[in-house]
Amino acid sequence: MAGRTISEKILARKSGLDARAGNLVVCKVDCALGTDGSVPMALDYFKAMGGESVRDPARLVFALDHYVPPTSPQTIELHRVMRDFAKRFGITLHDAGEGIGHQLIVETGRALPGGLVVGADSHAVTYGALNCFATGIGSSDLAAIMLCGRTWLRVPHSIRVVLTGQLPSGVYPKDVALALAGRLGADGAAYQALEFAGPGVATLALEDRLVLSNLAVEMGAKTGIFPADGETVAYLEGRTGQTFEPVAPDPDARYSQTVEIALDALTPQVALPHLVDQVVALEDAAGTPVQMVYLGTCTGGRLRDFHQARAVLEAGGGVAPGVQLVVTPASREIRDAMSADGTLDALIGFGATVVEPGCGSCCGTCGVIPGDGVSVISTANRNFKGRMGNAKASIYLASPAACAAAATRGAVTDPRKVSR
Amino acid sequence: MTALRGRARLVGDDVNTDSIISSARKRESLDPAVLRQFLFEHVDPAFAASVQPGDILVAGRNFGCGSAMEVAVTTVLGAGIPAVIARSFSRTYYRNAINNGLLPLVCDTGGIRDGDILISDDIGAIRNEFTGETLRPEPLPPIMRAILGAGGLVPYMRQNGDFKL
Repeated sequence: MAGRTISEKILARKSGLDARAGNLVVCKVDCALGTDGSVPMALDYFKAMGGESVRDPARLVFALDHYVPPTSPQTIELHRVMRDFAKRFGITLHDAGEGIGHQLIVETGRALPGGLVVGADSHAVTYGALNCFATGIGSSDLAAIMLCGRTWLRVPHSIRVVLTGQLPSGVYPKDVALALAGRLGADGAAYQALEFAGPGVATLALEDRLVLSNLAVEMGAKTGIFPADGETVAYLEGRTGQTFEPVAPDPDARYSQTVEIALDALTPQVALPHLVDQVVALEDAAGTPVQMVYLGTCTGGRLRDFHQARAVLEAGGGVAPGVQLVVTPASREIRDAMSADGTLDALIGFGATVVEPGCGSCCGTCGVIPGDGVSVISTANRNFKGRMGNAKASIYLASPAACAAAATRGAVTDPRKVSR
Repeated sequence: MTALRGRARLVGDDVNTDSIISSARKRESLDPAVLRQFLFEHVDPAFAASVQPGDILVAGRNFGCGSAMEVAVTTVLGAGIPAVIARSFSRTYYRNAINNGLLPLVCDTGGIRDGDILISDDIGAIRNEFTGETLRPEPLPPIMRAILGAGGLVPYMRQNGDFKL
C-alpha cells in the first residue's frame, strides 16, 4: 500500500477511516467560519432543517467582513441578525471592522497544523499555509455543521508543488502563485489538493505561504497545504494554547502529478482581465495604463504586503497624478501595526484612501468601486468581469510591489525598475 | 430522480459565480424570485427574460468557479432551471447544487448546440432529441445521490440529523 499525502492523513485522522484519494468520508470539523456573505443564508437553511440549538458553538466563528461598513438597511439588518444569533448560542463573532474572517481565523490561532477547518467562503483555503486541511463550503453545508458538527468530503488526489531556490529581489509570493495559476489553469487542480514541498518552503515566511494557499482555489484546488516547520510553530506562539500534531506526507505518498517551481528563475507576473489564469510576464504588459490601485484583501492585505508597497512608493516618488490608491488592511491587528510603524501615515501621505479592515473593494460588496472604463491593478485574487462591483472596469492582478510600482507611473511597471 | 426535458442553453467555459449572479445583488435580497431577474446580467442582459422553465444550462469546463456563494445555485433554480450539464464543475458549486436539488451532471458537452432539446429519464443518461445522441454522465457517489434523492440537504438533514455514508 502506497504511503499517504498530507490530505489523506488529516482526513483519516478526522474521519476515523483509512481515507484514500477518491474515498468519501464524513469528518468532524475543528472549526467552521461563516461570514455576513454566507451566514444569513445558513441561518435560513438551519431553521428549515429544524435546527433548534447549535451542536458545538465553540467550533464556530462568525465574521462580519463583506459589508463593512454596512451601507443599507438590509445589510445593517443582516449584521444584527448574526450578532443576535451568535450571542444566543455563544458563538464567537468578529464584528465589522475587526477584519477579514480568513485573516482572523489565522491570527486567533483557530487553524492549527493537522486540523480540519472549513469556511463558508471559497478563500477558506488560505489556512492551508498552517498545515491545516482547509476548504470552502456553501451556506447549506455550514448549516449542517451547525446542526451535527460534521461534513462529508471526497478525499482529494494531490498535486505536489515542489519549490526550489529562493525568490530574487523584486519577486514575491504572489508572482509564484500567479505563475502556478498560469501553468495549471483555472481548473488545473479541480477537486485536487495542492501540497507544497521542497527546500524553497523554508525560505517563505508564514505570511508568504498564506498568499500561495489563498490562490489555490483559483486553480480549482480543494486546499493548498504546506508542511509545518519552525516558522509555523513560531507564528502560532502566543496565538493558541492548544497542542497540535503536524502532519507530513509519507516519502512514498502517491501524487497525481508533480510541478516544480524554481523560485530563483521567476520574474514579476500579472494576470490580465478577466481570468486569473490569463497570466503573462509583467514586462509583456508594461505600459498598460491604470487609474486605480488596490492594496488589500485576504491575498495581499497583510503587514508584509504594505511594507513592500510602501518601499516601492517611496522609491518611485509617490502616486502619479490621476491614480486613485485604495488601501484596506486585512485586519485591525495589521492596521494597528501599520499605524505603529508609520506605514499607515506614509500611505495616507501618498494620498491613499484607507478603508476599514474587511473585504473592502475586492468583491464589490462594499468599499470603493472602480468607474466605467477604469483599469485597476490589485493585490486581490480574482479579476472576473464585474468582480469589484462594476462590469465596465478591467482588473489586473499582481504583487503588492508591482501594484505600488503601477501607482507611481499610472501604468503597469516592473517594481524592480522603480526609482525616482 | 424526476424526468427532465428542456432546451439547452449554452454558457461556455469558466463561468464564475459572480457572472451567474453579481455578489453586489445579494446585499439587497437573498430571494431567488427577486435575484432571478439578474441571472447572467453582465454576460447577457437579455438572458434572464429569455429563460423558460425547464431550460437546462450546458457549460464547458469549470462551471461555477470563484466565490462559493450559494445564491449562484438558488438563483438558477429560481429561474426554473432544474439541471446544469458541464464538462466539469467547481467543487463548491457542485456541492451547493446537490444541497439544493439542482442536478449537476458531468459529461462531454461538446456536441450539444444552443436550443437542442435534452431529455433525461433519470441521472443515467441524457438524450439529445435533435441529434439522437445519448450522453452518459458520471455516476454520483451514494451520499450525493442520497442528498439529491431527498430533495436537497434540508430534507436530508430533517430525515437523518447527520451525514451517513
